[in-house]
Amino acid sequence: MAAIQSDTHRLRLIVRYLVLILIAVIFIFPLLFMVMSSLKSDHQLLADTSSLRAFLPVGDLSLKNYAGAFERAPVGLFVFNSVFVTGTTVLLSLLVCSMAGFSFVFLHWRGRNVVLSLILATLIVPFETIAIPLLLEVSKLPWIGLNGLEWGWLDSYRVQIIPWIADGLTIFLFVQYFKGLPGELIEAARVEGASWFQIYLRVVMPLSGPVIATAAILKFLVMYNQYLWPLIVVQQETYRPVMVGLQYFFQLSPAWGEIMAYLTLITVPVLAFYLVLQRAFIASIASTGVKG
Amino acid sequence: MRSSLTSSNRAGWAFALPGITLIFAFIILPFFLAFGFSLTNQRLISPNATRYVGLENYRDLLGLAVVTLDAKRDAGGAIERDAEGRPEFPRVRSVTRNPDYPQYRGMREWFRWTGGDKAHVVIASDVVFMKALFNTCLFVLIVAPLQAGFALGLALLINQRLRGITIFRAIYFMPVVVSIVVVSLLWRFIYDGHDGLLNNMLAALSWGHFRPVDWLGNPDTALGSIIAMSIWQAVGFHMVIWLAGLQTISPTLYEAAAIEGASKWQTFRYVTWPGLRHAAVLVLIVITMQAFALFTQIDVMTKGGPLDSTQSLVFQAVQRGYGLQDIAGGSTISVILFVIVLTISLLQRWLTRER
Repeated sequence: MAAIQSDTHRLRLIVRYLVLILIAVIFIFPLLFMVMSSLKSDHQLLADTSSLRAFLPVGDLSLKNYAGAFERAPVGLFVFNSVFVTGTTVLLSLLVCSMAGFSFVFLHWRGRNVVLSLILATLIVPFETIAIPLLLEVSKLPWIGLNGLEWGWLDSYRVQIIPWIADGLTIFLFVQYFKGLPGELIEAARVEGASWFQIYLRVVMPLSGPVIATAAILKFLVMYNQYLWPLIVVQQETYRPVMVGLQYFFQLSPAWGEIMAYLTLITVPVLAFYLVLQRAFIASIASTGVKG
Repeated sequence: MRSSLTSSNRAGWAFALPGITLIFAFIILPFFLAFGFSLTNQRLISPNATRYVGLENYRDLLGLAVVTLDAKRDAGGAIERDAEGRPEFPRVRSVTRNPDYPQYRGMREWFRWTGGDKAHVVIASDVVFMKALFNTCLFVLIVAPLQAGFALGLALLINQRLRGITIFRAIYFMPVVVSIVVVSLLWRFIYDGHDGLLNNMLAALSWGHFRPVDWLGNPDTALGSIIAMSIWQAVGFHMVIWLAGLQTISPTLYEAAAIEGASKWQTFRYVTWPGLRHAAVLVLIVITMQAFALFTQIDVMTKGGPLDSTQSLVFQAVQRGYGLQDIAGGSTISVILFVIVLTISLLQRWLTRER
């Protein structure tokens, strides 16, 4: 009797795992195809699509496509642009949004509730609905740079960074987190004569590891994967990020092997980063859901 | 006390000012600019001064009418028929270029249906915009329930206590981390009409009976293909939100249900589902907002084609505002899009409110 029960139990377990594995295959196969194809010649790549060989590292494998991709386009420059824009924006965003959150939670200035509600209201404005007017706005903004005063932000790093520093969601995440910190800590520091800036830097921020990780991961994903905005504000190749740089590969006859190599190159580092920090990534998405 | 309060006031502004300024300058200002530009003929670069045009941009986009055409009749009064016996109708131009009907001037046929000797023709000022509006709404209507449903299914599956379950969770979430640009390009390969993986796979599964389809090149399958891919990419995101909701449900409720002898369905219906109310509202609103913003997939995969079957509102806004430098036209579409998104999220909130 016990033996039969454990048999049906085992059968059920096997079925469960089969379902899980089948679904996993659905989510993995395009990425597997991408990586494997990047190692094959165009001819072999197309021939292999008719069988499971498309997903296997078989045949004549080489890194030629990677070399080809670097020859065809300034891949290094695109990667640098993306890394620079993403890194700068993430750091500035953490600073600006955490300070704003600190102010809304711990400093009791007049009008803060109204301002905070206004900022939270921007959460229902999708970026896509302001992209076009923002394009005109940034095309007219002044800037003081090395060449003195100039007008217009198009074709620059600043146009890709500054509009993305502050956003309602990041400020909201900091506000939520700070509300959970014990208020006595701040009061105690205040009594001991610490300035607000010292409290922010020495008391609050060191306690905020989890929310900093969450905000950084969300911003990183948004920034590294930018497409629409750089597409419309950056014409010059000098400032082009990786996702827009893809256009390069379609100008002449598309070489699929090289495209797959480029896609692998810009995707695999992010995937590796994700797999290492997967708990933090998933927790950060989940925390956008604890809104109330 | 007073001095501490004022110092707090000053410090408060100082801390919040950078964030407030940036949000004002790059989110709130352009939001209002969109409304402003939509009432003008603003262009990105133009030698002429910008003019106020009132609601003209909205009329040019939203103009819609139904006209009824009577079948042509010969001298004897009999209906003229084509080779297949269908009644012949006068051309739509006879109305839209007729000085007797100035209100229809410049409009074009969107679609028609015929009944007997009458044809009802829907004409629109901007047929491409109408198609974009229709496709975007269709996209949302299909994606929202399917994506939310699949995501919930995956979340329930992943919420089991099984060895190695976190590996599966990590895999299901993986496409969310990959750029939608990369995903769209990969799926172009999968959907290809000649060497596409999907065609080859279906051919293998049906022992060669399946005839290859050019998934993205056929107006009947293009939008559906983009819908399937979009769900594949984003479903992991919503799975995680559902999962967070599932984990807030107290295990004691499940124990109680088990003691009462509740079936699996009853447990889901009376324990799980009520505990997910919060997550459900969020998932629906987020999916709706994301789906209305449909752009990248279209830009990378089809550019709105074939035959405008995959046009979307944001794609049109970008084509006009950036491609044609018609900031006013692009802004008008943006405003219309925003009004739709706002109406729907308010409606969703109202429908799912706590009673």
